[in-house]
Amino acid sequence: MSEAIIALDKVTKSYGGVVANRAVSLTVPRGSITGLIGPNGSGKTTLFNSIVGYHPIDSGSIRFEGREISQLRVQEIARLGLLRTFQTTRIYGKMNCMQNMLISVPHRREALRDMFAREDGAVAEKAAHLLAFVGLYEKRFLRSGSLSFGQQKLLEFAMALMNEPAVLLLDEPTAGINPTLINGLLDRLKRANSEFGITLFIIEHNMRVIMNTASKIYCMAHGEMLAEGEPGEIQRDQRVIDAYLGAH
Amino acid sequence: MNLTSRQALPYWLILVAGSLAPFVFSDYSNELAVLWLMIVFASTWDILGGQMGYNSLGNIVFFGAGMYICAVVQIGLFYDVGMYTAGSRTTHIVFSEAQYFSGFALGLVAAGIGAAVLAIAAGWIVFGLRGPYFAIGTLGLAVAAAELTASWDWVGAASGISMPVFPGPPQTQKLFFYFLLFTLGFSLLVFLRWLYSTSFGLALNAIRDDEEKAEAMGLHTRRYKRTAWAISAFFLGIAGALFGNMTGFIEPRDIAFPTTTFNLFMVVMVLLGGKGTLWGPVIGAVIFHTLKEVTWTYFLGWQFVALGLLIVVTIVYFQQGVVGWLMEKNPQLFAPRGAPGREPEGALAPQPEGAE
Repeated sequence: MSEAIIALDKVTKSYGGVVANRAVSLTVPRGSITGLIGPNGSGKTTLFNSIVGYHPIDSGSIRFEGREISQLRVQEIARLGLLRTFQTTRIYGKMNCMQNMLISVPHRREALRDMFAREDGAVAEKAAHLLAFVGLYEKRFLRSGSLSFGQQKLLEFAMALMNEPAVLLLDEPTAGINPTLINGLLDRLKRANSEFGITLFIIEHNMRVIMNTASKIYCMAHGEMLAEGEPGEIQRDQRVIDAYLGAH
Repeated sequence: MNLTSRQALPYWLILVAGSLAPFVFSDYSNELAVLWLMIVFASTWDILGGQMGYNSLGNIVFFGAGMYICAVVQIGLFYDVGMYTAGSRTTHIVFSEAQYFSGFALGLVAAGIGAAVLAIAAGWIVFGLRGPYFAIGTLGLAVAAAELTASWDWVGAASGISMPVFPGPPQTQKLFFYFLLFTLGFSLLVFLRWLYSTSFGLALNAIRDDEEKAEAMGLHTRRYKRTAWAISAFFLGIAGALFGNMTGFIEPRDIAFPTTTFNLFMVVMVLLGGKGTLWGPVIGAVIFHTLKEVTWTYFLGWQFVALGLLIVVTIVYFQQGVVGWLMEKNPQLFAPRGAPGREPEGALAPQPEGAE
């Protein structure tokens, strides 16, 4: 395995008296597809939120490309190239797909005059290309809010790719999508990883999906890291099976 | 914008109509001037309220601030402001033609810039608020501005300031202010047409649709919000400076910071015309101003009842506004470019079925 692009060390986050994450440590290797599983309420989304700076953590350290980011704000982290998608899909509903894409360009080096830039052909071409990549090219001038839920997920994914992140955190990318679309999405996730070189860190409940995509999987339960390993190991791990069947 | 394209046609029409109007309807040149003021009110309110989804009830602050900044510059260049405001009731102070125009020109620039700076400062505080809290917070700014000015003796407190008198006959004065307000309104429309065609317009829409998402995508949301408000404030500040000189007398509560009239009219005009569109605020301003003048003329005594009724009906039953209603009824009129100029032109041929 290559070096870690994300490294968490003993991250703890509690809401009032409820400890959502207790001393969670993990690493996401650069260029990998890493999975995060666990029963509902085990603290996966809280962990994602901590990583992207959505809320301050109580203790521990979060490093991205070797740099401590636990004190940074959401936008600053996003501009570093660490991006997340939402469990409940979030897009700009009243704008059309193309506009959604055009405003999703990276804002890393944006200067004041870039605020007033006209879209140039290259950006539009890239947006169209990525929309074609997720299969939404035909719908590019439709109001994005009028798309089906599954299509909105694909659009959100395309917007994330438009932003050229180094790492993409995906919160349940296949939830609510019909089985046919899932295969397509799966294929695109893999291609985003192999063709665009984006490191993926995925929360997923669909075992078939995560076992077939991720090279390394972490399993959480009750806010703690329960197990880690390759898909095969995780599937055989008795603790993981117990956590899912409620033996705890 | 291509000056001969179909999209430029409305601008040419407005330019011609706006230039001829005060000569054709010479009895109404003051009302027409105020109509342009209303268009500036509505279009600047829509930058935040329509395009960005932030309903401000405090935009009047920049109008009043511009008015006072301009007055202070105009007077302060040649006299002591405190003595001028204290003595204006007993002594008549004359400004020469050169003094009047140089002071006025400098005052206009200062009003625009001053109001924009004020917006950036105010934005520092109130942009932490969202939704209805933003509306209430900004309303607080407006009320505070009126009360603070009303107790500030240096600028005449509640009794206001008599502005320098225009050095010329009344007819010239009317045309002078009409054309200044017309120029301001027209340049605002051209400016917004350009602004909404850049990524700035897209960023404002993104903040309106889902600000948290925009943050998660790394958009500089704060920078966009402050700049948008500063742009609004710049035009409002100049409008205030013009209106103050046009009326000849300014005071805080009813002319500079009228929270229940001009301040509310901005919102109603935008809702009536259709928020978040380029022409909605203009149409809303025209309808509203016409209705207002008609009720003032024919139903005197009932004018505020009629206006109140219009406000209630608009907000309860007709929130999408004229343009929004047209978009619903005739989407093909707005297809394939829901927002003109937004889509890349040339590289991708827009599809006819891509209607909103």
